[in-house]
Amino acid sequence: MRKSALSDEILLSIEKPARYIGNEVNSVMKDPEQVDIRFAMCFPDVYEIGMSHLGIQILYHMFNERPDVWCERVYSPWPDLDARMRKDNIPLFALESQDPIRAFDFLGITIQFEMCYTNILQVLELSGIPLEASERTEEDPIVIGGGPCVYNPEPIAEFFDIFYIGEGETVYDQLFDVYKKNKAEGKSRREFLEAACQIPGIYVPMFYDAEYQEDGTLHSFTRNYEKAPEVIEKQVLMDVTHAPYPKAPVVPFIKATQDRVVLEIQRGCIRGCRFCQAGMIYRPTRERDVEELKKWADTMLKTTGYEEISLSSLSSSDYSKLPELINYLMEICPERGVNISLPSLRIDAFSLDVMKKVQDIKKSSLTFAPEAGSQRMRNVINKGLTEEDILEGAGKAFEGGWNKVKLYFMLGLPTETEEDIKGIAHLSEKIAERYYEIPKDQRNGKCQITASSSFFIPKPFTPFQWAPMNRKEEFLEKARIVKAEVRAMLNQKSIRYNYHEADISMLEGVLARGDRRTAKVVLQAYRNGALFDSWSEYFRPEAWEKAFEETGIDPDFYTVRERSVDELLPWDFINAGVSKKFLIREWEQAKAETVTPNCRQRCSGCGAKCYGGGVCFEGQD
Amino acid sequence: MKVRIKFAKEGMMKFIGHLDIMRYFQKAIRRAELPIAYSEGFSPHMILSFAAPLGVGITSLGEYFDMELTREMPTEEIRRRLDQEMVEGMRVLSARRVPDGKTSKAMSLVAAADYRILFREGRQPSGGWKEKAAEFFAQESIVIWRKTKRSEKETDIRPWIYQMEVQGEDLWMQVSTGSVSNLKPELVMDAFAAFLGEELPADAYQVQREEVYADIGEDGNRVLKSLEDLGEEVE
Repeated sequence: MRKSALSDEILLSIEKPARYIGNEVNSVMKDPEQVDIRFAMCFPDVYEIGMSHLGIQILYHMFNERPDVWCERVYSPWPDLDARMRKDNIPLFALESQDPIRAFDFLGITIQFEMCYTNILQVLELSGIPLEASERTEEDPIVIGGGPCVYNPEPIAEFFDIFYIGEGETVYDQLFDVYKKNKAEGKSRREFLEAACQIPGIYVPMFYDAEYQEDGTLHSFTRNYEKAPEVIEKQVLMDVTHAPYPKAPVVPFIKATQDRVVLEIQRGCIRGCRFCQAGMIYRPTRERDVEELKKWADTMLKTTGYEEISLSSLSSSDYSKLPELINYLMEICPERGVNISLPSLRIDAFSLDVMKKVQDIKKSSLTFAPEAGSQRMRNVINKGLTEEDILEGAGKAFEGGWNKVKLYFMLGLPTETEEDIKGIAHLSEKIAERYYEIPKDQRNGKCQITASSSFFIPKPFTPFQWAPMNRKEEFLEKARIVKAEVRAMLNQKSIRYNYHEADISMLEGVLARGDRRTAKVVLQAYRNGALFDSWSEYFRPEAWEKAFEETGIDPDFYTVRERSVDELLPWDFINAGVSKKFLIREWEQAKAETVTPNCRQRCSGCGAKCYGGGVCFEGQD
Repeated sequence: MKVRIKFAKEGMMKFIGHLDIMRYFQKAIRRAELPIAYSEGFSPHMILSFAAPLGVGITSLGEYFDMELTREMPTEEIRRRLDQEMVEGMRVLSARRVPDGKTSKAMSLVAAADYRILFREGRQPSGGWKEKAAEFFAQESIVIWRKTKRSEKETDIRPWIYQMEVQGEDLWMQVSTGSVSNLKPELVMDAFAAFLGEELPADAYQVQREEVYADIGEDGNRVLKSLEDLGEEVE
């Protein structure tokens, strides 16, 4: 029988004990005596969020394919269990073996969003691992971080031994081999890190020192271990078709946020929206072979028993074989009682036809992401979607029976004017007007347009990495303008407007472009009780405000300051594929309100061609 | 073909709640590629009817649900195929064909269940509890304060305890279950604790359900038959 790290009494006194017992379908059990490396894979948020993440499932299955590695999972204990574990001194454990994390060789943490940074500290502390890498001993696991946030790892650099820059499928095997050799030779932790940093994409923060100028900007970023590489090269998986993929993903007992088979059809995005970090760091766009994807879909439905399948990518409509793939799914799914959940597709004749077949029109809504209200602003951010596209798509959909539309916008974009802001209301109004052009007897009651705005946060490795971010007050004022303008519209009763929280956006802004000094704020905020910051019911702005005061760190320095393109940025030591020259060019193009064509229309020379594949070489073989 | 499945839920699986167990079986049925019948509509779902939901923390050797297959199949093959898809702690014990019709739904049939109370090590009541159990059961009435939705009221639970005996180190009981009168074994244990004049907190013992019955008697004469025995094997 499986053992449990928690007593029955504890498991019955907390919410959703299924978060902590493991034993799920397709989870992997091994004999610890038969493996050389024990790896704990962590998503620093609650189980239901962590279990929805595809990246972990990919690496979990890839690692466990190796007979010498046992990869297990661990998530953030929810506050109820967190309190109990601290009170009773129960160490954090992995789901599969229920063994304490501290006894593992590696603790791998995937870092998907900035607001999980305090949860990283929770995981380390509950595991009994010193928070700072410099204080860890031979008894502690190697703490390794990966995921999109590590494209600027500096605000959490001191908590990690290693960052893995790039896609996980590439150099983990090498890293494990180096680790095994080091262990077999009885060498130290330091010796392992020295060997590890020779592997491309592996960044060992303690081998580098940052110095700052008087004005607070970065003066230099230098190596203190001479063999550490000067530049860390992002690792990219070029053959995405013949790559590890979880053909039998772990199926949770309780409902996860993403509770379905997920088919990742491609990586990267051809669009080049200037605010979008994913669109830059996952370049070049690489499509998976459609025949292979069909087989995967079939296999995964069989191995999991899921009742739903969805496609995953940054922009599914750009996948060249999308109609073929969807037609195949529509052939095999209904007879098995499986629903097809469509990602946000570009609204056109094809997607409307598909949606009609797989969704209940009365219940479903159309989604558009214009991101900005005016065409001028959309040119600045390089969002190719025009007002004409939106009105035409919405019109076709309205005629097809839909009456609900969701619109996503951002406020606080560079060069934004009051007219751009009001454009959100104006565009919503035009869509409503388009709906009421349909004769009354042919339409389906009133239309419901929901416009949502989030606040723009500049991210590293985007053309907006130099841009100033708005202050909280400016954000709220802009949201107020939108609200008032919506109310002034003729069809205001058909338009609903809501916006994202400004406090969290400000913090995310600090952490996204922070430097090594920002780590002090993260640590202090955690000490002040900050945890589960991305959960509005747990977010404690006062814990962070106090932390900024106590550490003397000025958030404005990281958010509202416009950076010069000559400034040495904390993440400049990483080569993410897109060159700085390209980013500067795009920043200039943005200010000139000029659109850059997408990768299939014309190569913009971003630098990602150096990887030798993907969209950069399409039609050339 | 309407099929009744009997399954066991043990070990760590006792922490998975009733709704999640239903979802678990829906997936297991798909993995086993059984010819399950689906409802119509945009989101077709399989129609499973579970008997007497089991509380979180309770293990069981006698859980049931009914399902509808689109064609006849040998019951042993159904059992075997579904059992192969189980995780540790879950076992498919039997599959039986049952007559169609609403009145024979597993859910509405339930009239009684057997429970075993397994005391945790060192948590048994003080000496003499085994003799006291017989005295407890021999009482004509056992009145307790029972919380209802609206208020708390005095209830005599004795008529709902059909059998009770000491088996080895365990206490075994058969009690009324289902929609008419549902007696939770924990409530019986609370009354027993009061009878002994001792504290018997819920974490002192593990409750295990062992069988669920329908009442096939007529004119108020109770005749219990397990839900499994109401069905038949098909070869």
